[in-house]
Amino acid sequence: MINKFLGFKPDEKLLPHKTVTADTEIDLSSHKYQKIWLGPNHPGVTGNMAVELTVQGNTIMRAKTHVGYLHRGFEKLIERRLFVQGFPTSIRMCVAEPDTNEYFIARATEELSGYADAVPDYANWLRMLSLEMARLQGLLRGVPGQGGTFALGIGVQWGVYLRDLILDRFEELTGARVYHMYIIAGGVRGNLPAGFKARMEDNLRDIDDFIIKIKKLMFDNSVFKTRAKGLAVITPDMVDKFGIVGTNARCCGVKRDVRKDNPYLFYEKLDFDPPTATDGDVYSRTWIRWQELIQTVDLIRQIMAKMPEKGDIRCQMPNVLNWKIPKGETYVRLESGRGEMGMYYVTDGSDKPRRINLRGPSYNHAISVLEHMLIGVDVADVHAIMVSLQTCPPEIER
Amino acid sequence: MSELDLNDKMSEMLAKSEANVKNSKKDFTRPEDELREVVAPDGSIIKINPLYDYFSDEKPKEEKPRNGVVEKFLNWARSESIWVLGFGTGCGSIEIPPLVTPRFDMFRYGVEMRPTPRQSNAFIISGYLSVKTLKRVIRTYEQMPSPKYIIALGSCTINGGMYYDSYSTINRLDKYIPVDVYIAGCMPRPEALLHGFAKLKQLIKDGKAEKANEYARNFDEYKANQKKIIKDWNMPDYNW
Amino acid sequence: MKELIEKLNSKYDLQEIVYQRDNLAFTAIRKENAIDAITYLRDYEEFTHLVMMSCVDWIEDGKFQLLYLLNSPEKKCDIGIKVYIDRENPEMFSAHHLWKSVWTYQRELKEFYGIDFPGSPRVNDDFVVEGWEEIPFMRRDFDTHEYAEKTYFPRGNRKTNDPAEYMRKKLYPNQPVTAKQRKDDK
Repeated sequence: MINKFLGFKPDEKLLPHKTVTADTEIDLSSHKYQKIWLGPNHPGVTGNMAVELTVQGNTIMRAKTHVGYLHRGFEKLIERRLFVQGFPTSIRMCVAEPDTNEYFIARATEELSGYADAVPDYANWLRMLSLEMARLQGLLRGVPGQGGTFALGIGVQWGVYLRDLILDRFEELTGARVYHMYIIAGGVRGNLPAGFKARMEDNLRDIDDFIIKIKKLMFDNSVFKTRAKGLAVITPDMVDKFGIVGTNARCCGVKRDVRKDNPYLFYEKLDFDPPTATDGDVYSRTWIRWQELIQTVDLIRQIMAKMPEKGDIRCQMPNVLNWKIPKGETYVRLESGRGEMGMYYVTDGSDKPRRINLRGPSYNHAISVLEHMLIGVDVADVHAIMVSLQTCPPEIER
Repeated sequence: MSELDLNDKMSEMLAKSEANVKNSKKDFTRPEDELREVVAPDGSIIKINPLYDYFSDEKPKEEKPRNGVVEKFLNWARSESIWVLGFGTGCGSIEIPPLVTPRFDMFRYGVEMRPTPRQSNAFIISGYLSVKTLKRVIRTYEQMPSPKYIIALGSCTINGGMYYDSYSTINRLDKYIPVDVYIAGCMPRPEALLHGFAKLKQLIKDGKAEKANEYARNFDEYKANQKKIIKDWNMPDYNW
Repeated sequence: MKELIEKLNSKYDLQEIVYQRDNLAFTAIRKENAIDAITYLRDYEEFTHLVMMSCVDWIEDGKFQLLYLLNSPEKKCDIGIKVYIDRENPEMFSAHHLWKSVWTYQRELKEFYGIDFPGSPRVNDDFVVEGWEEIPFMRRDFDTHEYAEKTYFPRGNRKTNDPAEYMRKKLYPNQPVTAKQRKDDK
């Protein structure tokens, strides 16, 4: 204000955040720059990964992502295991939404062994229910978690509590809280317990309440708006160049949703429209996820209303001990809470898979996109950008 | 006076004043503030300012318990303030947020999350450890002030669990760092974690949680095991 | 989909064509034509989204099979371009100029399989393991179990229930026993 009054104009060339680009030359020996590591031992970093930052003052000039702290070599381990043993192994590849991996591996083995059409309809509805519940519990952590990066901690407390209620329903349905192993080749492992729908409806009503509260807490909050608006913008021309998928692509108006583009299970029978925004910044990404939260609650209600009352939960499959799948390869994909996930599955006629390869959305989001976006932002915003891109390190290194 | 003489005199005075300054500085420098020669990780010898001295060529020391009632009082105090380092090393860290939130609330037991190793005395190894993470875990563990406790979460820390044949993850955690409490399961429930904390408290109160001393006693053995699998060892032997 | 593959066939002389689903086809292309074909698909056939790059080790044929999986958001179909390269001296032309995400895949393949991509940025950096000294670990001839037992102090007296055996005895007692299993039991 006083600068304006005095007619003082700062020389913008001297401000690093105005001028820095990916091509700016950095001479580390000039003592103007400093290297700092964010993570892996840092409570703000999503999971166990590290970002190596070159900073000038508070502005990031360069960023390098370092992954591999969670590498377990799943793809090698599954090559040594029978097809059925692949299920408990594969779900540990992504901790945040493990059900998606169950679906890939079930669908790929069914497709390659010719059982794709044999899966009963009721089992497919149950699969859809568990996938949507997994998305819901992921969003209940993710949406308030974005507020948590801007120090709005109370939303996280609500969200994690409600997520626990969904995990309780998972426990009823599958017997486990986090790793369910529910979807198996040929169908699902168990039926809906008695009274499940009523208890689920109870929880959904709580979540409806939470959705209204979290809007007041985050999207009407001036601090959140000031910090999130205009931060880390994804433009439509970046989407194909970097391979951006899911909500991160939809936030800039590019409508990409596997549930609509390549429908799987019974998503065609459900009535929904993936939300889109136009700005592409952290705020609109969070806004879309909030709308997706509403949509997921609605989808679960639709599934529970439309699914048949009873039916077979799995079809007759060959003996898993001598189960050999003829030579072939396929790619199966679905829309997870973070975007398109998929699995490339190769068999060679033996009783073990030849090769599996998981395609996680974070593989692009957390490496090439993150390194591109961090240039020119403040150190304090790194965590917010990582959460807004829904970084999940275990699916990068697997 | 000729110009040459003047120059001589000037330089003489300059040397004198320099010597004065040097002497006076020496008077105020304590012996422990002098630059110290240390061997850097790459083998070269460097001089280091004591204010920035993070190199340690001294091994960790065993600490004898104090006598009787004092030690009992200290152990009670330690057991009621378990401060956990917020470093999620594996997939078990997904069950930590429920513990911090109202439903399982671990604050009621005096368990709290801290952001830095300097402020914490308990370290939850949440699951499998890849060799790359093990290196960071060792570094972090050694930075924590003693007495310190390790809680190993999940079957994969006990015998490798389902990753027993993986080329990247270790099988037995207790070969590399000493473990106070194991919590079995994949993944252990929050209730199991709370039970683990209760167990650790009991151990501390009984004076049995002395694994930091065990680490000091068998330091060479632990280091040999660590160096066997961490191929590019580019840090000091002991980081404090 | 069919017309597209035929068009591609007349242009690049494809080696094998498999229609896996209505919207998914796999085809093999010669190494020298591969980058050309991928560029053509990206620029003229709307296959603008690179889903993934992967590799399969066909050790019995002495070949690595690279896979470029392309997706067309407009046509809503996928095409997998397979390229067979020699296992002895694996090298492939880099495609990092086509998509910004490719260099990560190439860095991964260099570490996992030892396939070189000359000219790709940061291709020699460590990706997931530090200071790896053995042969690249995703190759079929690297035995991960043996390496783990040799290196990581397996806990003694670990009771391993071989799942196959356990399931055979407990869940499928009436299943006829194969000759190999009988041999293993002895």
